Amino acid sequence: MENIIDLTLIQLISAYIFVLILFIIVKIKGIPREKEILVGSIRMTLQLVLVGYLLAYVFENSHVIYTVVIIIVMEIFAIINIFQRVKRDLSVDLKKVIALSLVTGTLIGQFYFVLVVLGLSPWYEPRYFITIAGMMIGNSMTGIALGVDRLVDGMYSKKHLLEGALMLGATPQMACKDIVNNSFDAAILPTLNSMVGMGIVFLPGMMTGQILSGISPLIAIEYQIAIMLGIVGCVSLTVFIFVQLAYKTFFNKYSQLIS
Amino acid sequence: MFSLENVKYKNILNIKKLDIPQEKITCIVGESGSGKTTLLKLLNNLISCDEGDILYKSHSIYNIDPVELRRKVIMLAQDPAIFSGTVKDNLLIGLKFAEKPLVDDEKLQEVLEQVNLRKPLANLAEQLSGGEKQRLALGRVLLMNPEVFLLDEPSSAMDEETEELVIESMVKDVRKNKKTLVMITHAKKIARKYGDYLIELKNGLVLSAKEL
Repeated sequence: MENIIDLTLIQLISAYIFVLILFIIVKIKGIPREKEILVGSIRMTLQLVLVGYLLAYVFENSHVIYTVVIIIVMEIFAIINIFQRVKRDLSVDLKKVIALSLVTGTLIGQFYFVLVVLGLSPWYEPRYFITIAGMMIGNSMTGIALGVDRLVDGMYSKKHLLEGALMLGATPQMACKDIVNNSFDAAILPTLNSMVGMGIVFLPGMMTGQILSGISPLIAIEYQIAIMLGIVGCVSLTVFIFVQLAYKTFFNKYSQLIS
Repeated sequence: MFSLENVKYKNILNIKKLDIPQEKITCIVGESGSGKTTLLKLLNNLISCDEGDILYKSHSIYNIDPVELRRKVIMLAQDPAIFSGTVKDNLLIGLKFAEKPLVDDEKLQEVLEQVNLRKPLANLAEQLSGGEKQRLALGRVLLMNPEVFLLDEPSSAMDEETEELVIESMVKDVRKNKKTLVMITHAKKIARKYGDYLIELKNGLVLSAKEL
């Protein structure tokens, strides 16, 4: 393994010049985003420092409880994040479906990856489980947020067509077919697109991080391919569960649209 | 066919008792906001009444599978749903929704003739005019051959001549096949000419319900 450049505090601070330049530009141009840039930079720094110390501790003191607690916290934060990102009012039932699909889809994805693809023992080894869970939950969270937006939008904007289909004897599933398919598409397209551009348009964050910390690019790509396939599978599964359950929350027991 | 007892829906409809006869043509008239469309939606179980009960062939519609009911009691909105695709796609989609066997192009042409719509099957449905869309939607429900047709001003966007032709053809079909037709109409002339039974609504109340 080659020598790794351990950034000094001064070097790290010099990286903040990028943000400073951005800050000056928006200030001069009168774009009201100074607060967001400032808060974003501080939050990012504090969160990463905290998580760095937390992970260092958990990696040193590997225990099943630590892994489980961290996964639960990540899932909860992801669910709250989805609720916040979707601008529309969500029904209680739809919120339950979001939570259920995210948790079910990502847990199946994580365990499959850790137990079958990596063959990890013990399964809760935090160095692997937590980092992989982070990528899977994060991508699934983005997928579901996009899917929710498209689904809710479709249910409102195409209400007339939905009612027209129901009047003719369509089941809710038939009536919503196009909206559900569009929602699934919107949710997984960013993940599929990132897979296509990978390695040519950009080097993914995980691989870049591994290479910078001295791992051979050949090992880094093995992990990157595996994790990318895992992410695609996990996002697809999560979003599939979501759309299959979510459209039902818009109908009552008489297959009527809930207005 | 239908029997409504003490039916209330929000502040829109309040019906003490109303019967709609089987194998007859019932016309519903009334000013806008009198509850005509709401009544049809209740019969189609697209909405549920707050109080009272609606019987279909002596069974509460709330005890019948709603999808099965709608496949027998089909409703057509005044501004009918036109789905993306061709005229043919739009004719067949009703049969697909109702999970009925599809028909060949010859039968589709026949139905288009019946509703006086002379457009190629391959034309895009979205490009049709309002009146043509109404006729296409009428053709779609005719193909589905249900027990009951619930039509909400099916000819509102047609000129008088076309309206006469289409409604006459529709009525002929209904009588020949012993179906039930419940139709909201703005034209009392149509009601008097083709209706067997007339229901007049005003402010959500049944003003009169009588044979013609």
